[in-house]
Amino acid sequence: MEKGIRKYFVIFALPTMIAFTIGFIAPFIYGIFLSFCKFTTVTDWKWVGFENYTKIFFINGNLDTSFIHSIWYTALFTVVSVLIINVVAFAIAMALTKGIKGTNLFRTVFFLPNLIGGIVLSYIWLMIFNAILQRFDMTIVTSQWTAFWGLIAVVCWQQIGYMMIIYIAGIQNIPGELIEAAKIDGANAWQLLRNVTLPMLMPTITICSFLTLTNGFKLFDQNLALTGGNPGKLSQLLALNIYDTMYGTTGWQGVGQAKAVIFFILVALISVTQNKLTTSKEVKG
Amino acid sequence: MAKHNGPEVSTVRAAKHGGLLTLFFSILSIIWIFPLLVVVLNSFKLKAYIFRYPFGISSKSIAEGWDNFVAGAQKIFCGWLNYGNAIEKTNFWNSFGNSLFITVGAVCAIILCCSMCAWYIVRVNTIGTKIMYLLCLFSMIVPFQMVMFTLSKFANMLHLSNPIGIIVVYLGFGAGLSVFMFTGFVKSISLEIEEAAMIDGCSPLQTFFLIVFPILKPTTVTVAILEAMWVWNDYLLPSLVLNVNKYKTIPIAIQYLKQSHGQVDWGAMMAVLVLAILPIVIFYIICQKYIIEGVLAGAVKG
Repeated sequence: MEKGIRKYFVIFALPTMIAFTIGFIAPFIYGIFLSFCKFTTVTDWKWVGFENYTKIFFINGNLDTSFIHSIWYTALFTVVSVLIINVVAFAIAMALTKGIKGTNLFRTVFFLPNLIGGIVLSYIWLMIFNAILQRFDMTIVTSQWTAFWGLIAVVCWQQIGYMMIIYIAGIQNIPGELIEAAKIDGANAWQLLRNVTLPMLMPTITICSFLTLTNGFKLFDQNLALTGGNPGKLSQLLALNIYDTMYGTTGWQGVGQAKAVIFFILVALISVTQNKLTTSKEVKG
Repeated sequence: MAKHNGPEVSTVRAAKHGGLLTLFFSILSIIWIFPLLVVVLNSFKLKAYIFRYPFGISSKSIAEGWDNFVAGAQKIFCGWLNYGNAIEKTNFWNSFGNSLFITVGAVCAIILCCSMCAWYIVRVNTIGTKIMYLLCLFSMIVPFQMVMFTLSKFANMLHLSNPIGIIVVYLGFGAGLSVFMFTGFVKSISLEIEEAAMIDGCSPLQTFFLIVFPILKPTTVTVAILEAMWVWNDYLLPSLVLNVNKYKTIPIAIQYLKQSHGQVDWGAMMAVLVLAILPIVIFYIICQKYIIEGVLAGAVKG
């Protein structure tokens, strides 16, 4: 049977392989190569070694902190958004698994923003924020902190419903007998949460934390549409910083590509850690 | 809640509790969709008044008398004016058509090609297919910024900067996740059915389309929903790959509405946002069950 199928390589696997080569493999390999070159398009490259990588941090021998700023701004943004999204999503999920009236409707409403794309979502909130903030003579880009909390609000609104769905599924998978047994043993609500629900939910918590973590790290559309990196470039998250370096300043494409390689390594490290954690912590059974 | 406390006490308590929670979540739900309601409301206001009365429905307070209130409302509302402007300025129907064509095309291409490729990878056991599978896994952890420059240049060189060409790009960049999800499911299908079909004289193509593809349906729905959400809402990839002077998708059209005119026309912006959200909401209401299940399956596997 296997041999019979193998003859059909051209029909079954080749179309995907060609597209995959155009859409991923070639751009990826060539992207790594170009991060060591000076170029303005893909054909006029000139090998410069590690110059692009040093230029990320030093310009003419002086320390340039814009990328470092972007890294810690992104890290802070990610930590805060992961915490808020997961805590709120978990709380809502707990309440919506108690069988109260209207559960389905609430679930539908909370999940809805997740389907709306980052650009559309951000302009909705830009209008709301600026309408409110104008009363205090401010806009969303008055300081990097108004921008920060604006971005947090937008991603929370977008992702809480999504994580809530995953938490609800996780909570519903906990065997009812376990909860009953703990109650009969006299566990109060807090003990029940701490010693039964949370440990049983560990796999779900890991999935949700890492989903929000990578979403936060890779955030782009919302950043572009809501703050555009303003004021100055202070509210640029990593993805926008790379985009801005690549397309905003001529002659800096190489540096942008080098930043992208560093960005890829950071994201890859997070993903690999997640994989390790999910495979080791999964409750067997 | 505490069922062993005796039936009467616990039902009373649960009802009281449940009622309060329902009330609380009703209010929270309204707050949750409040931004959307404000956008719909403001899309009917003259642009000069959107930021002056963002949440109100009249320029006069109701305390100044009903007639004044109505006159104030008539002053700030302008009917469908913004919608006309928005459709003209963004060339909305054109963008809508592009978005629809690209999304449907990309989803169909991804489902067809990736399911076939996944079946091939699982059923043919060679080093080549193992490498293909590992590359697909690897591509899932690579952020788009890593390939955006080279990908958009390659796409231009290969003349893929149009709605048909970009489908190839989407198939390529989306193949990783889709092949991964399809292989996961194919591995769980028992070989016996396929072997029986082949012994009865089915070619691999017949076996795949008559036997395997129908079995894959749950995964197909999941992949279709995940990819559709991605492609429909995607901004960066089409803005770099497409020839944006000729072809815009909805997110690109919205972004250009903001950038191209010095002063943003917030009236048109509100209207175009409503037009962009409406198809999503309708689609969501119709396929809610599949969407939620699809997203859930995608999150747990991906």
